[in-house]
Amino acid sequence: MTAAAVAPLAGKRRTPWKQASILPGFPLAMGWTLTYLGLVVVLPLTALIVRPWELGLSGVWATLTEERVLASLRLSFGAAFLAALTNVPMGLLVAWTLTRYEFPGRRIIDAFVDLPFALPTAVAGIALTAIYAPNGPLGSLFAQIGIKTAYTPIGVYIALLFIGLPFVVRTVQPVLQDLDREVEEAAQTLGATNLQRFRLVVLPAVAPALISGFSLAFARAVGEYGSVIFIAGNMPLKSEIAPLLIVIKLEQYDYAGAAVVGLAMLFISFGALLAVNGVQLFLARRGRA
Amino acid sequence: MNFRQVDDTSPSVNALEIKGVSKAFGRFPALKDVSLQARDKEFLALLGPSGSGKTTLLRVLAGLEQPDTGEVRFAGEDFLALPVRRRKVGMVFQHYALFRHMTVAQNIAFGLTVRKRSEKPARSEIADRVAHLLQLVQLEGLEKRFPSQLSGGQRQRVALARALAIEPKMLLLDEPFGALDAQVRRELRRWLRELHDRAGVTTVFVTHDQEEALDLADRVAILKDGELIQLGTPNEVYEHPATPFVFDFLGQACRMPGVVERGRLRVADWESDAPTGAPDGAVDVYFRPDEVTFAPADGAGLAAQVRGVAQRGPDVRIDCLIEGETVELQAHGPTLPPGVTTGLSVRIKPLRPQVYAAG
Amino acid sequence: MTPIIRLPGLAPLMLAATLAILGVLIVLPLGVVFQQAFAKGFAAYLEPLTQPDALSAIRLTLTVAAISVPLNAVFGVAAAWAVARFEFKGKSLLVTFIDLPFSMSPVVSGLVWVLLFGAQGWFGPWLQEHDVKIIFATSGLVLATVLVTLPFVARELIPLMQDQGADEEAAALTLGAGGFTTFWRVTLPNIKWALLYGVLLCNARAMGEFGAVSVVSGSVRGLTTTLPLHVEVLYNDYEFVGAFAAASILACLGLVTLVIKTLLEWRHSGELSAGRRH
Repeated sequence: MTAAAVAPLAGKRRTPWKQASILPGFPLAMGWTLTYLGLVVVLPLTALIVRPWELGLSGVWATLTEERVLASLRLSFGAAFLAALTNVPMGLLVAWTLTRYEFPGRRIIDAFVDLPFALPTAVAGIALTAIYAPNGPLGSLFAQIGIKTAYTPIGVYIALLFIGLPFVVRTVQPVLQDLDREVEEAAQTLGATNLQRFRLVVLPAVAPALISGFSLAFARAVGEYGSVIFIAGNMPLKSEIAPLLIVIKLEQYDYAGAAVVGLAMLFISFGALLAVNGVQLFLARRGRA
Repeated sequence: MNFRQVDDTSPSVNALEIKGVSKAFGRFPALKDVSLQARDKEFLALLGPSGSGKTTLLRVLAGLEQPDTGEVRFAGEDFLALPVRRRKVGMVFQHYALFRHMTVAQNIAFGLTVRKRSEKPARSEIADRVAHLLQLVQLEGLEKRFPSQLSGGQRQRVALARALAIEPKMLLLDEPFGALDAQVRRELRRWLRELHDRAGVTTVFVTHDQEEALDLADRVAILKDGELIQLGTPNEVYEHPATPFVFDFLGQACRMPGVVERGRLRVADWESDAPTGAPDGAVDVYFRPDEVTFAPADGAGLAAQVRGVAQRGPDVRIDCLIEGETVELQAHGPTLPPGVTTGLSVRIKPLRPQVYAAG
Repeated sequence: MTPIIRLPGLAPLMLAATLAILGVLIVLPLGVVFQQAFAKGFAAYLEPLTQPDALSAIRLTLTVAAISVPLNAVFGVAAAWAVARFEFKGKSLLVTFIDLPFSMSPVVSGLVWVLLFGAQGWFGPWLQEHDVKIIFATSGLVLATVLVTLPFVARELIPLMQDQGADEEAAALTLGAGGFTTFWRVTLPNIKWALLYGVLLCNARAMGEFGAVSVVSGSVRGLTTTLPLHVEVLYNDYEFVGAFAAASILACLGLVTLVIKTLLEWRHSGELSAGRRH
């Protein structure tokens, strides 16, 4: 503590990476933070990054191109993408209603939006399965028109809708709230119709938030496990998600293979997030021009 | 209550000595070799535009920043060797930094309650001290309020009372009126000066408002880009600005090119005695737009053509064309020279021109 | 801010659509949990909850949360103090690492511990030699839970403390307070509601976590099953009432969390980080 509080003047030597401060406690706080992060995050991640290569480059490639692995990655990322995409208009609609209209029970309904955050995933998983199973309240309805929901990729998609909605609502809501009403009113005085006002004024303003909401929902959905495995049916090549494949490989003591799938998921998610950031940046730049 | 130091030094002695203080943030030099002194019980203003280093200097005095080089002494004591908490300076932060979860009374008492058990005053004594300070800053009856329930001016006075509670050897104020509106600002200014005189502490305050500094301080230190440009009484710095920057910063300025030769100053077709100490050669001549006299066109002075006259309350703005450049002059109502009307040619004589080597 | 009603024709439509989305997608599953749990009456609901396996699952869930939540709370405060109160190089990298667990699949968060401590893990043989069990044991559950819930407290505190600035702490120091006193009497009271908020979310996730713990647990009934894992075990054994009864407890945990969270957002909005203000 004293080192940070009273930087030795005579030495004039300041640690190059940290600015001097009179507040105490930096060595303790930083030391604890780094030690903890190192043990809980960095060391385990190192294992994830290093262990796949026990198989050698060809082994990694062989695992990645296994039909089952490819199918599961396709399902996980595809369903996550579609679900996040569906959540964008749905989330915008919910956020719009919650910010723009006053009605009895608004704050209660608003609070309910966060339920998917608070409800343990296994609970959501068995509940959704009960609803969409062929004998469930909604599953039987779908069955009548010949659509099987539970135990198919559609079930996966439904679970990911549930898990992703609050991400979109909660990122868009504050932006809608802070949106400058005067700009909208100006558009009205200039003769814009309601639809034009929404399309030309509101939508561009909330677009960045929609994209971040999308990417948050997508990232969460890709790795989602608990709410999906009950409803998915887990048929190899058809409704088997990538996280499940990791579990299966672990049960077969194929640690390196499991690590390959895990690392692949991490990489694809990372790439997807980079792409989203790129779009964000592009939009932000256009907004400034 | 007596706020004085234990060793009651005579007023002429320097209480605060700053020698060669430099401080850089990364590559940005915030203070460059600043040296200045403040006398005991003096009210010293650190004046400068934003980025001039004035706040950094104040934070160095408080111990919130450690300078890279230099020396700071207070009453003969090496201040830099003392950590913040031992310096006993009363610091009033720009945004007051009141503890938001404590009442006014708890805020004021904080500095007393955090003392070591052996030095901590009795509970009743603390209560007395708080009551006295509340009275001093005229906030009786508000002791149970929280900072969020106070106006800006009230918050500022709580911050001041909190700083005074530790019986500081020196009072440091960072833009004390910065966050207040003009009316409150003027009221508090006068009150702060009275408080300083009564408390008998050395006070250093930071401001970017030249009017405030000139009105309030015993002496003003003017800083620019981390350097001390001039130190003097309000009169000295206003009457004899050391540099064109100081001249410009302390009020409105008109500028003309000129030449000094053998003690004579020539500006366009007007010649006069050069001010003492004026440099020879090409110079810049500065004068205040309201410190001029007007003469008929055949008199002595700078030839000027009046382009417009506008009455603004008690003052008159006179736009003139001198040497092809538009210059805005000012006159105060009663002294408005007769005959100055739009379109007329006149002569203008700056009363107290300041001359600086052309730069 | 008072929402204004415009487009009177559209408003009921939008409201209806919102209620439909939230009702079908979010409220219905919650209702189904309780409906299924009580499908065969109250006695049938209570019976599976009083089984020793269920009780030990509840005990294990509480134990794991009781260890991991305080660990992450202390970490969150330390990390926020370092990040929000000091300037140093690599800060954004550090924050990225703090956020990282949020973007990892829970299954991966479990997998990494198996890669380290499993039978074929880096430290597996050594652990076996010394007869220490981490995977398929309580310590493995704790590690997985700690990793998954690591960011919660830090993420609440960092933006709030950055917002508040260090002025109050600096003021306390000039008034003669020491480092510990300043933290205890100035910093902590200022962040207490956000800290509680972070702990609340951290706890909800810790008790409800499924994917990460299922990888490291091995689901030994009565020994390494937390409550969410117990739900799965019963469900896979076609003991639906039991599964939903256990799930209803977890659903109540979620609801209580939601209520406290909402109350905090209403009552102490000014003392939470900006994104939490309603």
